[in-house]
Amino acid sequence: MHIVVCIKQVPDSAQIRVHPVTNTIMRQGVPTIINPYDLFALEEALRLRDKHGGEVTVLTMGPPMAEDSLRKALTFGADRAVLLTDRFFAGSDTLATSYALAAAIEKIGEVYGKPEIVFTGKQTIDGDTAQVGPGIAKRQSLLQLTYVSKIAELDLDGGKITVERRSEGGVQVLETKLPVLITMLEGTNDMRRGSMADALRAARSDLVIWSAKDAGIEDILKCGLRGSPTVVKRVFAPAARAEKAEQIEIRPAAIDTADALIETIFGTLPALETELVELHQTL
Amino acid sequence: MANEPAKPAPAAGGRAGMKKELPEHFKAYKGVWVFIEAERGVVHPVSYELLGEGRKLADQLGVELAGAILGPKGEGTNHAIAETFAHGADLVYLMEDELLADYRNEPFSKGLTDLVNTYKPEILLLGATTLGRDLAGSVATTLLTGLTADCTELAVDADKSLAATRPTFGGSLLCTIYTLNFRPQMATVRPRVMSMPARTDKPIGKVVMHPLNMAEEDIVTKILNFVADRQAGKVNLAYADIVVAGGLGMGAVENMQLVKNLAKSLGAEYGCSRPLVQKGWMPAERQIGQTGKTIRPKLYIAAGISGAIQHRVGVEGADLIVAVNTDKNAPIFDFAHVGVVTDAVRFLPALTEAFTRRLSPHNRDKLAG
Repeated sequence: MHIVVCIKQVPDSAQIRVHPVTNTIMRQGVPTIINPYDLFALEEALRLRDKHGGEVTVLTMGPPMAEDSLRKALTFGADRAVLLTDRFFAGSDTLATSYALAAAIEKIGEVYGKPEIVFTGKQTIDGDTAQVGPGIAKRQSLLQLTYVSKIAELDLDGGKITVERRSEGGVQVLETKLPVLITMLEGTNDMRRGSMADALRAARSDLVIWSAKDAGIEDILKCGLRGSPTVVKRVFAPAARAEKAEQIEIRPAAIDTADALIETIFGTLPALETELVELHQTL
Repeated sequence: MANEPAKPAPAAGGRAGMKKELPEHFKAYKGVWVFIEAERGVVHPVSYELLGEGRKLADQLGVELAGAILGPKGEGTNHAIAETFAHGADLVYLMEDELLADYRNEPFSKGLTDLVNTYKPEILLLGATTLGRDLAGSVATTLLTGLTADCTELAVDADKSLAATRPTFGGSLLCTIYTLNFRPQMATVRPRVMSMPARTDKPIGKVVMHPLNMAEEDIVTKILNFVADRQAGKVNLAYADIVVAGGLGMGAVENMQLVKNLAKSLGAEYGCSRPLVQKGWMPAERQIGQTGKTIRPKLYIAAGISGAIQHRVGVEGADLIVAVNTDKNAPIFDFAHVGVVTDAVRFLPALTEAFTRRLSPHNRDKLAG
């Protein structure tokens, strides 16, 4: 069995600061990490490989420094890492990104065997769009299973898979045919630590590095800015509110401060007090 | 004309697409559509919120507002049609088929794509729910058009194109995005980001029917089972009237009980900021903020939450925001309406006690007497 896991190297958003004057992201010194949601996809792929045999290939599109994230994925136990990097990819929106990744997955299939499953995380923490997974599925004609919380059964001989998928009002149990694209929900598993042997292998192994041409992309116009129907017109910081919060005076006894706060709350929202009193009568 | 390949972009001078020149074949695209999300006969409230927003866009453009409804024949779909008109739509595009009884990507993406290709809307809005995101990503890729996720503001530009504003980098910044030279312009909006429009009883207006033209055999994915959350007792943070949330200032995982106690005394839902989910103090479904839930309660009490921008964008729609924090310079006091500069761990039990005393019928009788 062959599984491809798409990952993205992202800035650790918890550490992002915005320049107070220029309103631009201060990237310097912000560490990069594997998009945390992708780790659930990678771990699930590794578990399936451990159980059913086969190989896991991790794929990322990004600048040359995205190599760091691929090596990290190898230390967790991925068998092969492919870096898709080319200046033509700069400025890709989700449509252009899914075009390039789908082309690379096609090429990976030709060179290393057609994947039965392509995994992505449910979304990234920098873009937050959740659009690239469905985009790859559509372009590769893979059946699409998003927000998967559990892989209940994988029947390789029968070419079938059964999963639990989070929907808005519940959990769907779905059965479909391979090959599929799965976006994995967070909290579904814990990433393994990775063995010493994998760490050594990760440090030594060569990554597969492909340009657009290497990946078989002929139409450069579908890549990067030129292949992106969306355009970012303006970037700005959220407006500050004119007035600061009205402060409740701190009394020596906390209960008095609490009473003062409640006066203010119900003074502003009198209808809420009525509703709450009714609620308490039924308690 | 339409069948000519796109002209190659010039090598220098920036992006060719920056020029807004809508190709001739896209000029027929008119009207604003909202995809009406109904799961098992129940319309997701985000669809009504989008109709409210879509109404404004349609009025500015001088075009019609339509709801696109895909579902099985029956009461649930009839109800969705009536409510779509009651929430401001001028017409409905309807695809009725038993195969649309439960959400599956294959029939829904084919169905919605066919509707768009046939009736050509200039704007298509969907809720950024699990269903809406699954569907929007497929449809936009098939149509090869732009899709902007999780918008917090939608506006019509001077040249009548859609300006979709969304938070980026975890909410640190906002950016305004255009879909140039492609139609429809697609956007998703998260539940509770837009306000609910007023509902007015209206007769059913024009309904345009269109067939799905699919058989069950054409659909590979089968639904073996559906376990509704009502059976499992799920959190409904997004639509709660009162929300109490804790942040790192609560100090220890056991202090989260104080947040739960206050919530219980108010019949409220409780939640938390992102760091607490990362620490494993609370499950992800309780997270409030840009990467968690957006809430729009009447009253929001934030205890020990510093108010990072990623949290702010998730709570700004609350009618009244009360912040309790020891740090008087915490950013949360920049957007809270009422502040209490004190230690939430010590203050919350007092607040719970004071609320209980004030609201209990026994005490109120005494006050009245």
